[in-house]
Amino acid sequence: MSLHRYRFVLTRPLQLVPVLFGISIITFVLVRLIPGDPARVLLGTKATPEAIERIRAQFGLDEPILLQYLYFLKNLGAGELGNSILYKIPVLRLVGERIEPTLLLVGGSVLLALALAIPLAALAAGNRGRPADHAIRLFSTAGLGFPPFWLAIMLIILFSVKLDLFPVAGYGDDWAERLHHLVLPCFTVALALSAVITRNLRASMIAELASDHATAARARGVSERRIFWRHVLPNAVIPAINLLAVNIGWLIGGTVVIESVFSIPGLGQLLVRGIFTRDYMVVQSVAMVFACATVLVNFLADICTVAIDPRVQL
Amino acid sequence: MSLVRGSAAAARPAWLPHFGQYPAPLYLGIGIVGAIFLLAVFAPLVAPFDPIAQNLDVKLQGPSFAYPFGTDNFGRDILSRVIWGARVDLQIGLIGVVFPFLIGTSIGAVAGYAGGVVDAIAMRVVDVVLAFPFLVLMLAIIAILQPGLGSFYIAMALVGWVSYARLIRAQVLVLISADYVLAARSLGYSHGRVLFRHILPNAITGSIVFSMSDVVLVVLNGAAISYLGLGVQPPTAEWGIMIAEGQNFITTAWWITAFPGFAIVVMALGFSLLADGLGELLGVRE
Repeated sequence: MSLHRYRFVLTRPLQLVPVLFGISIITFVLVRLIPGDPARVLLGTKATPEAIERIRAQFGLDEPILLQYLYFLKNLGAGELGNSILYKIPVLRLVGERIEPTLLLVGGSVLLALALAIPLAALAAGNRGRPADHAIRLFSTAGLGFPPFWLAIMLIILFSVKLDLFPVAGYGDDWAERLHHLVLPCFTVALALSAVITRNLRASMIAELASDHATAARARGVSERRIFWRHVLPNAVIPAINLLAVNIGWLIGGTVVIESVFSIPGLGQLLVRGIFTRDYMVVQSVAMVFACATVLVNFLADICTVAIDPRVQL
Repeated sequence: MSLVRGSAAAARPAWLPHFGQYPAPLYLGIGIVGAIFLLAVFAPLVAPFDPIAQNLDVKLQGPSFAYPFGTDNFGRDILSRVIWGARVDLQIGLIGVVFPFLIGTSIGAVAGYAGGVVDAIAMRVVDVVLAFPFLVLMLAIIAILQPGLGSFYIAMALVGWVSYARLIRAQVLVLISADYVLAARSLGYSHGRVLFRHILPNAITGSIVFSMSDVVLVVLNGAAISYLGLGVQPPTAEWGIMIAEGQNFITTAWWITAFPGFAIVVMALGFSLLADGLGELLGVRE
């Protein structure tokens, strides 16, 4: 194994610096665009004069706008994102508390989507042109048009209200309960996500099944089962991983809505509540965390691609 | 024989497509989108009831002959609200696509044609906007403005232009070295004329097809944002809000949420088919 293929792991973060700066500029500008005294905007109408004085000094709110941005960066570097108006605790701590359900929701959805998409795509690719293929293609076309929040409510009516299998909403106290609460939300997001992946996987599997190396393996008398597991699947999964990475922003957007449907106390729900309560420090920070997560996931996907496919050079 | 042929030609004008001439998804897509468009335009004539008039005598009634889709907790007819909702959601899909299309196409075309610093700056901005999850950045912008349909359109324009800018820029970069572009420049035509009269008409096809499938995403986003309470405000009949309002009654009245959702699915399917058919017809691969 040659390590020089992994050199980009060290150089790529440098290329990401401009994007991260851009993210900080957008989040900074977003809040400064709100009309009114920034100290009042950030602290709400019930702020004490002392608190306003403090935040003026901390964020340099009396200085020119460019200097204010530098203050903002300095505070960012120190992990000082301000306090939430509503929860009255540091935003960073709030984000830390809310990150677990969101991570579980995103991770669970991706795993479930792959678990749905791989067999469906294999079935479609193996029965190309037959009814099973048409049905699966219909699913992947129509699946994109289903509003996830509506699908979620329909699933709640069926599985929670009628069949009483899963809780209607909320998040549990221990791990077993939490996973039980997350089944329906994960399934909802995974259904929409698997529609996208199935379409992509099916196309690459059809190409791989007809490829020269698969034909060569067949000529050597290798079983179709082995050809699928050893040759077709690994090659077909690589573009799917990249597709997942490209869609991570969409996936995060989806979880924001789904968290609201199921009242899951994650980052998405925090963001939506922050908007309603004009808790701008929270809105700003959550948007920034999500953006950085998107950049990070794309970086990790590159590492995965290089690790899986020895031909790839980044 | 020739007489018969002649009369057949006269009965069927040349511009009328015969079945099988165009891709099947195109017919289906045009049919569905056209039907929704007609419903939206003629909503006052088609809808049996006033979409926002309350009638507490008939609240929470299941689907029946008088109320095919049932009624909600204010006794409002769901069918009429779904029909009137087509007006709002169709508008969301169209306006929500037009502004990003125009802004993105202009920026992408100029960036690709000008190259150099202009291109570099535009593309860095695109990278940063793309780093944000689409819906999250939209929500953040709506938070600053204030909840409402106007804010939704502004946020949509500010976030959605990037895909169009990328698409058109890639096309312009290919076409910029075409012979007819060189010929147009040799004739002394201005950069603006070459870009907008010669390059753009040849580069735009992919963007138009993409915009049709983009309508699906925009409608889903618009409905989601309204569902969250940050878009269209009650009592307006809009499919996203209707779903949100019905969520409180899922144990007793499933029809309040079910039918507006079906409406979104049908509209999304219509535009997906339209995009597929148009892509096939124009030879555009996504």
